[in-house]
Order: sequence, then structure tokens, then C-alpha cells
Amino acid sequence: MTEPFVSRGFRGRGRPGATAARLPPGQYETPDFPVLSAGPTPRTPLATWDFLFRGADGPAARWTWDEFQALPHETVNTDIHCVTKWSKLDTIWEGVSLDTLLAEAATRGVKSAPYVLAVSDGGYTTNLPLADVAGGKAWVAVKYQGVPLTPEHGGPARLLVPHLYFWKSAKWVRQLRFMEHDEAGFWESFGYHNYGDPWREQRYSGDP
Amino acid sequence: MTVGEHREAVMNREARTGPEEGVDDERAGEVLRLDGNAAAGILSEVFVPDLTTARATCANCGMIRAIGALLVYAHGMGMVMRCPNCDAVVLRVARPRRQLWVDLTGAKLVVMAGVGAPSVA
Amino acid sequence: MVTRGVSSGTAATREPGSSTLRSAAIAWRLATVVDVVTETPRARTLVLDVPGWPGHRAGQHVDVRLTADDGYQAERSYSIASAPEDARIALTVQRLDDGEVSPYLTDVLRGGDRLELRGPIGGYFVWGVALGGPLFLVAGGSGIVPLMAMLRHRAAVLTANSDARHGVPTRLLYSSRRWEDVFYRAELAPLAEDDETLEVALTLTHEAPPGWTGFRRLIDRRMLAEVAWPPAERPKVFVCGPTPLVEAVATALVELGHDPALVKTERVGPTGGSGSAA
Repeated sequence: MTEPFVSRGFRGRGRPGATAARLPPGQYETPDFPVLSAGPTPRTPLATWDFLFRGADGPAARWTWDEFQALPHETVNTDIHCVTKWSKLDTIWEGVSLDTLLAEAATRGVKSAPYVLAVSDGGYTTNLPLADVAGGKAWVAVKYQGVPLTPEHGGPARLLVPHLYFWKSAKWVRQLRFMEHDEAGFWESFGYHNYGDPWREQRYSGDP
Repeated sequence: MTVGEHREAVMNREARTGPEEGVDDERAGEVLRLDGNAAAGILSEVFVPDLTTARATCANCGMIRAIGALLVYAHGMGMVMRCPNCDAVVLRVARPRRQLWVDLTGAKLVVMAGVGAPSVA
Repeated sequence: MVTRGVSSGTAATREPGSSTLRSAAIAWRLATVVDVVTETPRARTLVLDVPGWPGHRAGQHVDVRLTADDGYQAERSYSIASAPEDARIALTVQRLDDGEVSPYLTDVLRGGDRLELRGPIGGYFVWGVALGGPLFLVAGGSGIVPLMAMLRHRAAVLTANSDARHGVPTRLLYSSRRWEDVFYRAELAPLAEDDETLEVALTLTHEAPPGWTGFRRLIDRRMLAEVAWPPAERPKVFVCGPTPLVEAVATALVELGHDPALVKTERVGPTGGSGSAA
């Protein structure tokens, strides 16, 4: 076969149109919100949920659900980009800024470090430089489109780091662990890019 | 949540909801779970014999199961195949660009029967 | 590291779909659509001519790949509905309204079009007459497709031989929403009527026609206890359908005493799962 086969009349989803400029290279816009899961959906009751900020060597800062809800929340309108090529524009989230959590953790004596590892119910992990979760770039989100996050989309709380590929926005997040040395998370240790900038199309390890 | 608590929670939930035809439920989280045979196509690109009939020993709990009986989470970034006993990841497969990645570290051993040239009867 | 094809033993007998045909089985092929048959308001059967098709076993599936003119590709798996004894392969596809691939297959594809596919795939969820019975098949919705291949294979091989049929007694329990959603309705009734060793039980979960004498509820443990072979007979069980149904049925069968090793499941799901989905 010299010419690749084309299926007559097949369009496929997500053709970029007027919003093309907001799409990173290789992405398609979708109106849906695909649910991708690497494991069974955790369903932690709010009564037992807590969130920890763990220092590299010891003390942790801990918030129960009520304590977490008492922290100042922000509303965020952002675009999200999944490495599987779908992007969703103008998504609206509500949650606590990582800057708020970092400041709180510091007052409780949690020693910071250059890297963080997000750890979720069910065992999922993802790693990020501290610089990429500070400075207004990251949140722990509890609401999507004004409604509490459903378990399928990562509820009760998920990490939200929209400037990186969405696998970094760990669903069901329960801990952020400071690390002196970078440690690859679930997908990063399998062959996906360690950093994951959609604008440089850093999908797989070895991508520049 | 420990693995034991998690499994109990899963089983309690299944007992409550009961069987349902539920084609519209496809967007809910649990229905993303498939069987190991969903991975048969992608695995056939690496392994010459059909890997879904091979038996894998879970490195976490030691349970032995046909790969076809593992729980497959067909995440868009890769197929994650978990032990039906303890939910640990046994196998991961992804096909990015023109590569195929297979992570077998969750399988302590994979045993396949009937490999090699059959004898002339 | 990977050896493709048969390394030695050219005189070996080849069973269709077995591992010795691996190099043929994984190649993408261009099939020609011979016919598109309406099964239900949302489902169509595609009858395909596949050049060089190596044959298959009942229960196996194919991967279908669509390519748009800009190179964008989408891939899904569909169970083979036809018996291995048929010259052409048939896929029954149910349209998911927000699916990316299924609406193309049910609404756009027509006779004469070509379709890229590869297979047969999957040696786990398969049955052949040689594996024996009793056989218990449980289907939810479009999960009937691979099980129908098994029933068609059984009929093709055993029709002429009454003794052989009695050696593989078979029961099908098939759940659908309404009578109009039942795939292969016109074929299932005569298949069961003509064969005293095959029993077909249908359950409709949403609506039944007047005079309906079948079951009228979701499959539950009580229904399975009534319809299934006793565990002591060690039936081979195949369950196929949406994940919640499959998991609940498999759990109930094990609770009723069936050996888990004899209960094989195929969950029909979105995003490339086996069976007719998306």
C-alpha cells in the first residue's frame, strides 16, 4: 500500500476551530470531560479524609476536611491539556491555592525542599518541582463547575496544575511530600516526560 | 486506606448497587474496568504467543491468575492491569508514537503453556 | 527479543486464531463491507470480506481503526459475531450517541466501503465445541455478541449430531432493556426451538410486550440460581456485558458455588474495550 488508507467520511472528535490559538501543539479541543482511570475509584468519606503536607524529614502539617474548608478558597478559570491529546478550555474550579498551603505549612514548621511528590488514595503519585506548584500556579481543587468534585473526577479533592499536562493534576490527592531529590511518579517512571510542559509538547521522556 | 479496607468498601458498594444493564453508566468510574483480554491486541504486538492466556504471579500478594483475568484500566496513557485480589499493578502497557512499553515489574513470574513448535501428531 | 511467526515445525497443524498464526493475526488488513444489517434501532451488523483472514475462535474480537483525511486515527475493539465456520466475518456494533467510532460504523459505513481491522485477538474469552459443556452464557446488552458467535459455532458443528448436542447442553441468559433491543431475535427463537439441548432465557428490564412470559427484571442472584446449571455440574461460564452487570453476575455465581476458574468474563466498556462499545 503506497498511500495510507483513509476511512471514507470519517471525521473523528475534536477538530480545532476558532480556539486553535489556545491549543498547545498536537491537541484537540473537546467539549466532554473524559474520565481516565488507572485504578479503582477511591471513595474516601469526608469524615476520615485529611490532607498532609509532609516535610522531607519529619513534621507534617495536617488538615481535616473541615479545617481545609476553613482556608481561603479561590475560583480558577483555566484551560486543561491531557497528554492523550484532548484539551478542555475555560474549565472552572474552586479550591485552595498551594501558596496558602505552603505558607500554612511553613508556620507549622514543615521544612520545604526543591521537589514535591503528590500522593493519592489508591497509590497514584506524580512529581513536580516546588517552583511549579508555587506562585499562583497550583491549587487543591474541591469543586468543578461550581459543584463538589465527584469521585470519578478526583473528588473530594484533587491537585490542579493546569500549566502542565493534566496527569500532574493528581486525582484523590491526600499528601504533598517535599523531596530533596526528584523522584519519578506513576507515569513518569513508566516513560512519560518528567516535567510535562504541553507548550513544548513534552509528552514522553526523551522529548526535548 | 489499607488495601483490605479498600476492598471491603468496593465489595459493599457492589452489594448495594446490584447488577444493572446500565449502558448509560459508562461514564462512571468503575465501568472503566475491563478484563485482561482488552489488552490482548496491544500485547500481541510484543509477545508472539497470546499473553492473555499466560498465568502471572502478582508480585504484591502472590495470587496467580491468567492475564486475561486481570482487571484492566484502559487509561488513555496506558493499559494498567491490576491483580483482582489485591488491586496492585501487575502489568502496564502503553503505545506512544511508534514505541511499545511494557512494565512487568508487578508480575513476579509469567508462565505460558504450549509455547514452541507443536510436534507433528 | 521478539520472534514473529512460526520458528520451526512447518508440518504442524494450525488451529485458527492460535499462537502459531501470530504474524498473520496482528497485521492490519483492509476488509470490504459486504452488507450492513439492522439488528435493532441502535445496532447494525457489518458483514465483511477480509482478504487472508486466518480464521478465528468464537469469543475473539478484532481491533477496528478509522483514519480521517488529516491522519487522525481512532481505534476500538469489537467482538466477532459470526461463527468460525462462516466465510465472512460479522461484527455487531451498537451506536453510542456520543461515541467517536460507533456512529461512523452504524450510520456512515455502507456496502463497498473498506474498513481497516486486525485480528483475531484474544485467547482467553473463547469457547469451542471441543472444550465441552455444560455451557452457561450470560449476556447484558451488546455483550451478547461474542456469545452469539459461540452459539452459532455450536449450531454449525453440532446440528446434524444429536448425541454430540447432548454432550454440550447449553443455556443462555440474556438481558436487554426492551424486546426491540434484543439482538438476533429472529435467530435465537428457532435456534432454541429446534434444539432440545439449548435453552434461551431472556429478561427485559425496562419494558415488555403484552403477553411476555420471560423474566422482567435485572439479572440477580435468584434468577441465576434458577437458570444456571448446578455448580456440581461444573459448567463453563461466559459472562459478557457492561462492567457493573458482569461483576455482579460473576460475584453471584461464585457465591452460588461456581468455581471462579470456570467463570470467564468480558466487560464491555468505553475507550477501546472488547465488544461493541463506543
